Amino acid sequence: MSRRRTTSRDLALVATFAGVVAALGLVPAVSLPVPVPITAQSLGVMLAGSVLGARRGFLALLLFVALVAVGLPLLAGGRGGLGVLAGPSVGFVLAFPFCAGLIGWLVERGGPSYHLVWGTVANLLGGIVLMYAAGTLGMVAVAHLGVGAAVAANAWYVVGDLVKVVVAAVVARGVHAAYPGLLGSPRARAREHSPA
Amino acid sequence: MTALGLYRPGTSPLHRAPGGLKLLLLLLAGVGVVLLHRPWPVLAALVAVVLCYAVAGLSPRVALAQLRPLAWVGAVTALFQLVVAGWERAVVVVGVLAVLVLLAALVTLTTRTTELVDAVVAGCRPLRPLGVDAERVGLVLALGVRCVPVVVALAGEVRDAQRARGLAASPRAFAVPLIVRSLRHADALGDALAARGVDD
Repeated sequence: MSRRRTTSRDLALVATFAGVVAALGLVPAVSLPVPVPITAQSLGVMLAGSVLGARRGFLALLLFVALVAVGLPLLAGGRGGLGVLAGPSVGFVLAFPFCAGLIGWLVERGGPSYHLVWGTVANLLGGIVLMYAAGTLGMVAVAHLGVGAAVAANAWYVVGDLVKVVVAAVVARGVHAAYPGLLGSPRARAREHSPA
Repeated sequence: MTALGLYRPGTSPLHRAPGGLKLLLLLLAGVGVVLLHRPWPVLAALVAVVLCYAVAGLSPRVALAQLRPLAWVGAVTALFQLVVAGWERAVVVVGVLAVLVLLAALVTLTTRTTELVDAVVAGCRPLRPLGVDAERVGLVLALGVRCVPVVVALAGEVRDAQRARGLAASPRAFAVPLIVRSLRHADALGDALAARGVDD
């Protein structure tokens, strides 16, 4: 893969979306009768990939994780700092950039316009399958839990995240309708503009 | 920035130590603690960390607050180890986890965000052959720190607008305008960066 320079527009989008993920972490999005707070933060992870594509989505969440590590309390529930990276949720947090990247990569495969069904599939693979695989692995490694116990401890969250998979796809479609031209590689865009 | 960050101002030796040194010691302590396999050394390490909090002038309540996010997983882990491997193993596993989280949080509580950002930028310098531009990393970190309150303010405006129109709290009617406004902000920010020669 050829190395593509990150333009100032890319930098701005990456920085702004790190802010969006943080803002969504403050919002109590879905209230379900479970003992854990379900906020819209993982919605932000899915939206970064769905809206910005693979490369910028990955960088936006990498920046978000870096901001958490240097001490901003941006994770849902006001958590942050290096303690998060030593704790049992390290797998989830470190997976954020890769989940956004995978979702973005899948969405980009779907062409320059966003498709609701394909977008939902991408969110499911990146936001549930990859996220929970990494999160469970982190809990097994840090807390020395058995795989079964770690899966049981995570089961609560999956319910809320399944709702967010669909919400994120609906929101992403709305954003792409209001703000076209975000998806598709620069090469594809150049091809569209040049007469064949 | 201090208003937003987790940093607790102070003048203790821990506050005055350089950020890079603290990160290095944290890394070494992290490797060392994982090697402990008996309950008593782990408890001794826990006491030592709590003493460090006292040296930093942080109240026991602050130390306890750092452990609160661990409560849920800690309880599950303790129960699991108790059943599978006995009480000694349970103490070691949960104790090591608590020591690591408390130490890492101690670095965060006693080090300014700006100082940690500088440490990250310094750490990125040797990565230049891999195509990592340390100055750009510093720029995007600074932009990110600034963008968080901007987008949080945008979220407040969107929520107010939603309420003024009497809309129920629908996630779609909240997130779509928030992201579209954020993208417009990013366009203005990108133009400002380009005008200042970031693309050159």
